[in-house]
Order: sequence, then structure tokens, then C-alpha cells
Amino acid sequence: MKQSSFLKKIINAPYMLWSVLFTVAPLIMVIYYAFTNADGAFSLDNIKQIGDYASTFILSMGYGAVATVICLLLAYPFAYFLAHCGVSFKRMSVMLVMLPMWMSFLIRTYSWMTILGDSGVVNNFLFLLGKKEPLPLLNTPGAVILGMVYNFLPYMILPLYTVMDKMDNSLVEAAQDLGSSKLNTLRRVILPLSVPGIASGVTMVFVPSVSTFYITQKLGGGQINLIGDVIEGQFQTAYNYNLGAALSLVLMVLILICLGVLNYFTDSEDNGGVLI
Amino acid sequence: MKNSKEIIKLENISVAFDGETILNDISLKIDENEFITLLGPSGCGKTTTLRIIAGFLEPDKGDVIFDGKKINGVPAYKRQVNTIFQRYALFPHLNVYENIAFGLRLRKEKEDEIQKTVSEMLSLVNLKGFGNRNIASLSGGQQQRVAIARALAVKPRVLLLDEPLGALDLKLRKDMQVELKSIQQKLGITFIYVTHDQEEALSMSDTIVVMDSGKIQQIGTPTDVYNEPANAFVADFIGESNILDGIMHEDFSVEFAGIKFQCVDKGFKKDEPVDVVIRPEDVDVVPPEDGMLKGLVTSVTFKGVHYEIIVDVEGFKWMIQTTEKSEVDDYIGIVVKPEEIHIMKKSQYSGLYGDYSSFSDEFDELSDPTAESEEE
Repeated sequence: MKQSSFLKKIINAPYMLWSVLFTVAPLIMVIYYAFTNADGAFSLDNIKQIGDYASTFILSMGYGAVATVICLLLAYPFAYFLAHCGVSFKRMSVMLVMLPMWMSFLIRTYSWMTILGDSGVVNNFLFLLGKKEPLPLLNTPGAVILGMVYNFLPYMILPLYTVMDKMDNSLVEAAQDLGSSKLNTLRRVILPLSVPGIASGVTMVFVPSVSTFYITQKLGGGQINLIGDVIEGQFQTAYNYNLGAALSLVLMVLILICLGVLNYFTDSEDNGGVLI
Repeated sequence: MKNSKEIIKLENISVAFDGETILNDISLKIDENEFITLLGPSGCGKTTTLRIIAGFLEPDKGDVIFDGKKINGVPAYKRQVNTIFQRYALFPHLNVYENIAFGLRLRKEKEDEIQKTVSEMLSLVNLKGFGNRNIASLSGGQQQRVAIARALAVKPRVLLLDEPLGALDLKLRKDMQVELKSIQQKLGITFIYVTHDQEEALSMSDTIVVMDSGKIQQIGTPTDVYNEPANAFVADFIGESNILDGIMHEDFSVEFAGIKFQCVDKGFKKDEPVDVVIRPEDVDVVPPEDGMLKGLVTSVTFKGVHYEIIVDVEGFKWMIQTTEKSEVDDYIGIVVKPEEIHIMKKSQYSGLYGDYSSFSDEFDELSDPTAESEEE
């Protein structure tokens, strides 16, 4: 027994070291910076300044929510369809869904610039059709949302697909058997049973969407400043690590609250989250 | 039984999946209040037949008639039949009460009506006080009862049961057999029961439909099917049987194992080759000098109520169930009375069954690496 617990410790050691070095330590540093001023003395000034960024926080949450809802609406029917088609088609489709993840996130976002730009693929096509002025696509809220949806959609599809693929078809048949139409079956059986997948998917799309800065910079062209941009600015341009840390901390707390609320409404006894 | 109004009729139903015939021209009539059992080995088409009646599957050919009306193409949720699924298919996100109330809510019944029906159903299946329990916290037997209550709550005219007791252990299965039968009699609705367990079929059913390879082999009461099997398959599948090649010389006279026997069957052509069925419990063991046939005992197994003896009579191994003990290598005589001999016409199954020189087909299949495992 003793030996095996020692062995366990050895096996766990790298993981523990990793999480201490890269999760716990940075977290402590964030908290430290958030509550100190440039001289390293304790201060609540940073926290007091947060109020100035309230509208940015709200805007970020809004963008994140819109992107998440669109992802959910796109992914749900697709995941359902995927779960109900033939094995070989299923395997290929899941691979296609994951394929973009093999490419750099930066490149994928960058390529949208060349598609949406004034002399990009879409506008060139419109010129061919005889349009004179370019359609402003890039640097719009739509482009930012598109970037978020495009980049994070697979993270919504996969957990939903996993849940639906595992779902016992006899439950669907039982519902129909008891007099449930297709729509009612979806509402009363399939939807409630896919809640764990929805919760995982929402988490995995909402969190990166709210905190992104790359997508807003490339596809929003600096017009749209979300909280990720503000935080990045504090570290990269303003060199105000303390305010940056305070903003990060508040963002983290807000996201935790959102997810807490989500879990409160979706968690029933045995439905653990499903991560792919 | 007494009230023999027809409720379901299947007419010339055929179904194929991927070019493989599952049901081949099935016709069947089911009466109101009848307890009818579809019995057969796995892959015989019994579950497919049930799914066609439930509306989960459309036949390629043939008609499904319910209460005089053709219901081909009517979706499952509009049919007055309900199913107990093999693995219960209870909704894990709902508690016992809500599972039973599921169908009632869909009908938008009033809350007090729902409450009344659910508590009625809970007491019918002996689960009073379980309403708030989580499905996952129930044992297999309790889940089974919830599934029954859920299906009966919507007051179906026909209840379809797909091997409902298959997942329960033997003792519980026996109890549930009795309970299901009494529920059926109490409510007076039609039960269509699917099983591969011949004992279950014999003890519960009003009518047994024996199926194999997508065809109905015999329809009859349990006693009919047991005492007058239509062919070698039925004789072998239901109970134990010694099945011998015979020749029907004339009415009431059959020759098998090299000897002419008196029997009670008639209506065959002169010298027609036939299959002769003799149940192991109908064979009497006598001293060799008194026996019609004589043979060497090759194995004796004690079964509690009786001994199961395998006797080699000129190369054919007979199974005999008797309360009298013999020893291996005893030389014994056997006697068969005319009324214990059952004559069947030759069929595609002739020669496949009824000799106890080897293990059962299932056992042989298990030991055969090339055999594909099949599942319905």
C-alpha cells in the first residue's frame, strides 16, 4: 500500500509541478498585482478603476453570449444529424470538424481578413457581379462575431455530438410510443438529456470568446474594444500591470459567476460535464 | 379467449434489411384480451414483428390492421399500442412519478387526473411511495415495474412486451411472470409478448406463435404446441424431444427404429416418410426382456424431480426422463404407448434435431470460431 501511494506521488509529481508553476503561481501573481500599485505597496486603486470599464465588460459578455448562442444553434442540429448517420460518414465528419484545429488559430483568423477585406475574395466576387463600391465586411461587429463562431464552433459540436451519440435510441422510441410527436420528443427527452453537452459546449465557447483580443484586433480592426483588448493594452502598451491584473481578475470572477449560474440550472445529480 | 373480437391482424408481412429477409410472409390474428407470445430463437424475426405492430418499422410488403383499420404508415405516437422495452428505456432525467406521468402530460390531462392515474399505477405494480425516487436508484426489478406502470398509464388497448424479463434473475423472473399474467387478467387488455424462453411462453400464454427464420412455424395454445408440434423445429425448441425418422404405413401404424408401432395419428399417404416425436417423459423404462426397444445407458444425470438418461438404441441416442434410477452401461428396455407417439410431416427441419448424441446447437455455435454472433 505504502509503496503504491509513493508511486502515485511520483507519477503525479510532474502534473503537480506543472499546475503549481503555470496555474497556481500565475494566479497568485495576478492577485498580487491587482492589489498593489506600481511601487508594490498594497492598494485598492486598481479595483476602484474597474468601474470605468463596466461598459467594456458588458460589451464583451454580450459578444461572448451572441457568439455562444449562434454556435449552439448551429452545432445542435449538426451534432444531432451527425449522431444519427452511418458510421463511416460519422467518422469522416468528426474528423472534418476537428481538421481546422490542426491549423494555427492565428492563421485561421488572419485568412478571414483576406476573405472579408475590401479587396478580399467576397468583394472581388461582388465586383465581378458589377458592384462598384466594396461592401464593408471587415472591421465590423459581424466580422468579430463570425471570427468567434468560426474559431470556437468545433468546441460546441464535439461535446454535443458525444452526448447525442451515446443517447439510447430506445428512449426516443419510448417517448414516441407514449404519444410524443417529433417536436415533443425533442423538447421533453432529447433536449434535457443533452444538457450536459450543452453546458460543456457553452463553457468552451463562451470563455475564450469573452476574453479574446486577437479576433477583435484582426477582424474588428481596433474599432471594437473588448475586455481582452483592454487587458492586452495594459500589459503591452500602458505597462500598467496592476490594472491589467485587476481587470483579468474581475473578468475571471465574472466568467466563474456566469458558469456557476449555468451549472446551477443544468446540473442534476449524475450529469457530470462532458469534455469531448 | 372468451371474447374473441379481433384487434390486430397482420397480413402477408415481409421485411428485409440490406437484402436479408427478416420476415417472410407473416400472417397473424390477435384477439382482444389475448395473451399471445411470439417465441423463437434470436434472429427469428419476433422483435421485428413487434416493432412493426408498434409502428417503429414499416413492412416492405403486407398490411397491419388495427381494429379493422389499416394502420400502415401511422406513426408510433398515434397508435393505441404501447411497448415495454427490453432494457426498459426509462427517462433518466425524470423521477418515477414523472416517468409514469409522461404520456399523460403529452395528452394534456389535468394535474389531479394525472396524480390519480399515477398513484393507481404505482399501487398496481407495488411501488407505492416510490414516486420521488430517481430512476438510477432503482433495482432492475423496480425499473421493470416502472416501465410497466408507464406503459399502462396511458391505457393502451394492446401492450407489447419485448423480452421484458430477460435482464432479471431467475427467481425474480418467475415472480414477475405471475405478476404480469395477473395484471393482464385484471386489466383485460391484449398482451403481445416476445421471448426466447419456452418455459415462460408455456406458462403465461393463451396462444403461442413459434417463429424461426422469419416464418411462423406454428400457432396454437401451449398444450397444442407442446403436444402436437407442427414440425421438428417446434418439437425441439419447445421442451425436449426425441425425433426419429419413421414411415407411416397406414392410419394408426408407424414404423421407426426398425419396429412397427401403434399410434393415434392418421391422414397420411400410404408409406409416407414422417418425423416421429416422443417426449422424454413419455418413455417408460422396463427390464430389457419386456422392452419394445433395447439399449445401453450412456449417461445418467440427476435433475431433482427425475433422472435424465441417455440411451443408445442402435446408434440413436434417446433422452428419457424417469424417476427410476439406472446406471451407466445398464442394458434396459423401453416402452412407448400409442398415445405418446406424435407423427409430423417431413419439413425442412427434418433430421436437424432430436438426437441427443451431441450438445445443443447453441453450445456448438459457441465453440465455433467461424460462426457470427447475431443479435436482434
